[in-house]
Amino acid sequence: MAAFILRRLAQSILVMLVVSLVAFYMFQFLGDPINQMVGIDTPLAEREALRERLGLNDPMIIRFGKFVLNAAQLDFGLSYQHKQPVVDLLMERMPATIELSFVSAIIAFFLALPAGVYTGLYRNRWSSKALLTLSLVGISIPTFLIGILFIYLFAVILGWLPSFGRGEVITLPGGWTTGLLTVSGLKAIILPATTLGLFTLTLIMRLIRAEMLEVLRTDYIKFARARGLTNRAVNFGHALKNTLVPVITVTGLLLGNLIAFAIITESVFQWPGMGRLFLQAIQEVDLPVMSAYLVMISFLFVVINLIVDILYYVVDPRLRVEKSGGGH
Amino acid sequence: MSNHLLEVRNLRIEFPTRKGILTAIDDVSFHIDEGEVLGVVGESGAGKSLTGAAIIGLLEPPGRVAGGEILLEGRRIDNLPYEEMRRIRGRQIGAIFQDPLTSLNPLYTVGRQLTETIMTHTDMTPTKARERAIEMLTQVGIPAPERRVDQYPHQFSGGMRQRVVIALALCVNPRLVVADEPTTALDVSIQAQIIALLKKLCREHGTAVMLVTHDMGVIAETADRVAVMYAGRIAEIGPVKQVVKQAKHPYTEGLMGSIPMIGHTDEKLRQIEGSMPRLTNIPTGCAFNPRCPKAFDRCFRERPDTIPVDGTEVACWLFDKETANV
Ligand SMILES: Nc1ncnc2c1ncn2[C@@H]1O[C@H](COP(=O)(O)OP(=O)(O)OP(=O)(O)O)[C@@H](O)[C@H]1O
Ligand code: SF4
Ligand SMILES: [Mg+2]
Repeated sequence: MAAFILRRLAQSILVMLVVSLVAFYMFQFLGDPINQMVGIDTPLAEREALRERLGLNDPMIIRFGKFVLNAAQLDFGLSYQHKQPVVDLLMERMPATIELSFVSAIIAFFLALPAGVYTGLYRNRWSSKALLTLSLVGISIPTFLIGILFIYLFAVILGWLPSFGRGEVITLPGGWTTGLLTVSGLKAIILPATTLGLFTLTLIMRLIRAEMLEVLRTDYIKFARARGLTNRAVNFGHALKNTLVPVITVTGLLLGNLIAFAIITESVFQWPGMGRLFLQAIQEVDLPVMSAYLVMISFLFVVINLIVDILYYVVDPRLRVEKSGGGH
Repeated sequence: MSNHLLEVRNLRIEFPTRKGILTAIDDVSFHIDEGEVLGVVGESGAGKSLTGAAIIGLLEPPGRVAGGEILLEGRRIDNLPYEEMRRIRGRQIGAIFQDPLTSLNPLYTVGRQLTETIMTHTDMTPTKARERAIEMLTQVGIPAPERRVDQYPHQFSGGMRQRVVIALALCVNPRLVVADEPTTALDVSIQAQIIALLKKLCREHGTAVMLVTHDMGVIAETADRVAVMYAGRIAEIGPVKQVVKQAKHPYTEGLMGSIPMIGHTDEKLRQIEGSMPRLTNIPTGCAFNPRCPKAFDRCFRERPDTIPVDGTEVACWLFDKETANV
């Protein structure tokens, strides 16, 4: 177990280094940071001095080393635009994005689970076929369109739910802001989380269905039936558990996607998260914010993957025991 | 009323397809007595597995029992509601499939799979069921069963896994076990052990066995009676001595001719020429007629049903009184 986690950890660090390299390179190719900091009329000599002072003339490898070292200490410099430490800007907005992504992942998973199992078990019923067709619609309509439709229906016409913002938030000790503890916060998250999760929901549902069909054909399911186990035990005890092994992995990966794709949903619902900050940063070529966002998102990805791997390891005994326990 | 343990009468299994109905099993009748081992042989596609599946009530749709009946201890079981048949499966009719590597759920310990089966069919407490599970593992010859019971299938070798499968099939003492090629997927060196184990346990518990196999050697050693199947029908059925030593049906003769003799491995196997017809173009008359060295005109016109001939039953016109001396 320890060796397994160490190995995964080493891989994660490698991934983070590569991502940092990409983030770092953005500085090199997307505009000159000095231009962003000084006025148009600053003399060349002064620019050079600033360049020297900021270490921008150092060899690439040293500058990259510094970048990584700073990033590891969550120091991404000052935002050109906001003149605040980038990390403060991100941290302020991170809870909003993470809450949005997690809630949509939970909505997606817990709706996809029964739907996937149902359509897998009763694939010939018309209701299964209807669900599948509906899921195709979910996959093919772009997120922003769904968001706008939702806003139009539930906010404008019915007036049940707010169309933008996070509602009332409470600051927890440690500085984490949450909207999940207030009624208005909960109401506010429903539409964006559903919008964001819809694509993932249909994907997971179709995956569960496909896996379920696959597992139901296996010999051990046939043998479980031959032993006279109840349908319930066969379908949920045996088939579903085997179905979930690959589904866990994909769901974990999709959670990473949700965090990344929150950008679109956040801008449709004016959700005060990292994604919106990133979009603004792009418009304003705020390089420190852009690269910090990139590193942060990758970090979340890597952490989620690590958790998924460990979970996978816990669920599947074949991975837990390395060698076979004796012959015949 | 019959006093056989299992009786299959005029069984017919069909598959509706786009091109019409395929009849895979046609008018098959046989019985198995209490504690008896019935061997079932025949070429691939003869319908052995389908017959077994019909008996345990697990024919896969679109396959369906279209005619005939299956009786267990005189009670008809082929038309039972799913839930009632489920209670018979495992409890009264156990099953063993071909591939032990894939018959066990990889995510549960063998102990959990055993106790779950035991507790489904009896009202044993979990502790009692676990004791029973360990006892079963002991019976099937798994060393250190107290430790092995908590291990996962992948920690067992193929042969050991098949032993676990046998333990699972027998753990609540069924009256009959349908064993469909239980050793085909195993290493040749282990096959004999597994068959011997199955035979021993079933004898001890008085369990009857329907043993499907391609191995005539196994049949000769294990079975009390043999059914030879060809193209969805029974060609010959009778006591093992007579069928093996004095095969009557030309197809059985051919099969017996193809038994490899121990110690004569280099001897070329006598194969029956040609291959079994597909279900879609079974010839009129006797289905074996294109390959039969003894076919005569009647064989191409009429289909033979089984005819009793000194202790065995043979579906061949050669043994019909009307044509016997032609
Ligand atoms: N789903 C199906 N649709 C159509 N025909 C089928 C289907 N399943 C089986 N059959 C046909 O039924 C016949 C009998 O199959 P079965 O599996 O019982 O053969 P078998 O005697 O067990 O052969 P083997 O020795 O290869 O296991 C075969 O000809 C097969 O093609
Ligand atoms: S009925 Fe005719 S064709 Fe069929 S096995 Fe007998 S002799 Fe051969
Ligand atoms: Mg078969």
